[in-house]
Amino acid sequence: MNIHEYQAKMVLRKYGVAVPEGEVAFTPDEAVKVAERFGGRAVVKAQIHAGGRGKAGGVKLAKSLDEVRTYAKELLGKTLVTHQTGPEGKVVRRLLIESLTDIKKEYYVGVVVDRQTGRVVMMASEEGGMEIEEVAAKSPEKIFREVIDPAVGLRPYQARKLAYAIHIPSELINKAAAFMVALYRAFVDNDCSIAEINPLVVTGDGNVLALDAKLNFDDNALFRHKDIVEFRDFEEEDPREVEASKFDLSYIGLQGNIGCMVNGAGLAMATMDTIKYFGGEPANFLDVGGGASEQKVTEAFKIILSDSGVKGILVNIFGGIMKCDVIANAVVAAARQVGIDRPLVVRLEGTNVQLGKEILNKSGLDIVGADSLAEAAQKIVELVK
Amino acid sequence: MSILVNKDTRVITQGITGATGLFHTKQAIEYGTKMVGGVTPGKGGTLVEGVPVFDTVEAAVKETGANASVIYVPPAFAADAILEAADAGLELVICITEGIPILDMVTVKRYLEGKGTRLIGPNCPGVITPEECKIGIMPGYIHKRGHVGVVSRSGTLTYEAVYQLTVQGVGQSTAVGIGGDPVNGTNFVDILKMFNEDPDTEAVIMIGEIGGTAEEEAAKYVKEHMKKPVAGFIAGRSAPPGKRMGHAGAIISGGKGTAEEKVAAMEAAGIRVANTPSEMGSTLVKMLEERNLLEKCRS
Repeated sequence: MNIHEYQAKMVLRKYGVAVPEGEVAFTPDEAVKVAERFGGRAVVKAQIHAGGRGKAGGVKLAKSLDEVRTYAKELLGKTLVTHQTGPEGKVVRRLLIESLTDIKKEYYVGVVVDRQTGRVVMMASEEGGMEIEEVAAKSPEKIFREVIDPAVGLRPYQARKLAYAIHIPSELINKAAAFMVALYRAFVDNDCSIAEINPLVVTGDGNVLALDAKLNFDDNALFRHKDIVEFRDFEEEDPREVEASKFDLSYIGLQGNIGCMVNGAGLAMATMDTIKYFGGEPANFLDVGGGASEQKVTEAFKIILSDSGVKGILVNIFGGIMKCDVIANAVVAAARQVGIDRPLVVRLEGTNVQLGKEILNKSGLDIVGADSLAEAAQKIVELVK
Repeated sequence: MSILVNKDTRVITQGITGATGLFHTKQAIEYGTKMVGGVTPGKGGTLVEGVPVFDTVEAAVKETGANASVIYVPPAFAADAILEAADAGLELVICITEGIPILDMVTVKRYLEGKGTRLIGPNCPGVITPEECKIGIMPGYIHKRGHVGVVSRSGTLTYEAVYQLTVQGVGQSTAVGIGGDPVNGTNFVDILKMFNEDPDTEAVIMIGEIGGTAEEEAAKYVKEHMKKPVAGFIAGRSAPPGKRMGHAGAIISGGKGTAEEKVAAMEAAGIRVANTPSEMGSTLVKMLEERNLLEKCRS
C-alpha cells in the first residue's frame, strides 16, 4: 500500500525522524491558513502517489500568502503527468504546505528488503535528488549499503559508516546516524516495504531533515497496522482494482482489449504473455485463486466487463483440486447471470476436463472452447480483431 | 530415488484442524503419504482422519518420529509455526501459507541460519515425489513416477508442466514449488543442486517469473555445474513495471527483475526457454530426444 508524502512524514515524525514543519491542505483557503504560520513563505507540494512531481511542476515556492493561494488554486484539480504516473497522469486533490528549508546539500537514504540476502538493507548516496536507479546505473560506486541483522537491528556504527561514506559534514554525523536509526525503526515497526528519503538534506542551521519521504507498506502485514490502513486514499487507486480487492480477487488493470480470468498468479501472468506472443494485448491480470467459486467467477466477469475497452475474454483454468466440471458450472452460471456480450474463449485443463467441456458445450452459451493455452490465445486474438 | 521426500518421509500437519489443513491431510493420506500426526494448540489428544493430534510440534515429533511438517496455519501465525517446527528439530518444513508478512520471513530466515532445518516456501504448492509422498496442495493424479525434476515459483504453472510431461508419458522424480514470496526458505540453486546429484533425475524443468534475481543465480549455477539438460519458462514477459502480479515477489522494481533479463541469462547458460507455457513439456521432450534420454524417461 502507498501513502502520501504528508502522511509518511506524520509517521516518521512519531519516530523522531526530522521533517520540515507542514500540514495538508484540501482547499486554497486551508493552504493559506497553514502558510500563515510560516509568515507566508512556503512550499506548495502536490500530493499524488507518484514520484517526479518537481519536474512536472507539482512543487512551487511561494514568497507570499497571495502566491500560496495562486499556486494552490493552480495545482488543486490539475492533472500531473510525471514519468511514474503514465501518460494519463494523476489529479491533484491534496497539497502539502511546508515551511521553507535552507538547503545546503542533498543526499539519498533508502530502506528496502533485499531478496538475495533475505535481510533489510539501508542504502545511502551523495547523489540526493536523483533517482536511485539512475545512480545505480551510472555510478554504482556512489551507493553504499549496510545489511541489517534482524536480531540486533541497525546499529549506530553502521549508520555512522553510511553517514561518513556519503560525506555528511563531520559535526552532523551523529545527527545523521540518529536519523537513520530512527528511520529503520519506523520501517520495521510499521512493516514497510520501501522507505525512501530523497532528498535527505543538511540545512544552513545545522539540521538533518527529510525533505521528501516515500513509504510503502507490505500488504500482507496491514492486518496489524490499523492506523496505516486509515491512510489509504482510494482516489489514487484504479477503481477496478479496489472493486476486485473486495472479493479477494487479485486484479491489475492494463491497457489492452482482451480480458483475462485465470487461476493462479503464475498461470495468470503466463496467460497474458501468451496473448501478447500471438499479437494481442491483455486488458488485465486477474487471479481468481485456487477455489474459483461461482460467486468469485461472477464478480470477476463483472469487473472485466465493466471495462469498455475489453473486446473479448479469455478464461484459462487449470483444475487441480478444484474439478473442471465445478469450474465449468461456475463459468456458465456466472456468464448467464452477468450476460456476456463479447466473445468468450474458455480453456479448461485438469481434473474432470471432459465433463467440464460437456457442460460448456451443452450450456447453449456462445463459448469457444480450446485445448491448450496457445490455442485459446490464438482464438481470442483472432476474435477481437 | 528422488529429492527431499520419499516413501519413508513421516509427515505431520501444522494446522490440521483448520479447513485447508484437514482437506489436504485427507488427500495426502489417500495418495499414500505417511501422515503420522498433526498439531493444533488446544486440540491435543484428539484424532483427525485417524491421525493423532498434538498441542505442540515437540510432542508430535517425540510421539510419532516425524521428520517433516507441512504448514497450513493462517498468515499471522505461520512464522511462529515455522520456528516451532525448526525448534523441534524437523529436517524439512514445507509452508503452504500465502500472505505472511515479509519482515516475519526475514526473522525466520535469520533464525534458520545454522540450523538443520530446510524450509520450502512459503506461498508454495509443496513437494511431491510421485507414487511415494505428496506434501501440499497439488493434485496428485496428474503426476507420474519418473526421471524429470520440476522446480517452480508458481503453483499452477507447475501443474501445467507436470501435466504436459505426464500426457507425453514422461514421469517426474520430484516436483518442488519454492513459492512466490520475495523471502523464502529455498531457492532454485538449492533444488538444482539436489537434482544434479540425484541419480534418478535425468533432466529438469525450471519455471521462474519476474522479480528478484533467483533465476539469474540459477542460470549461473547451471552454466558452471549442471550435468543434466534443463528446460525453462519465465512468466511475466508482458507484466508492467512496478505492479505486483499476484505473488508478493512478482514485481519489476527499479527496472530490475524483468523477464527479458532472466530469459537471456538462462539461454546463455544453455537452458532452453519455452516461448509459451503450452510448450514447457515439449521443449524438454525435444531436449531428451536429442540426448537419447527419451526412452529412459518414458520407462
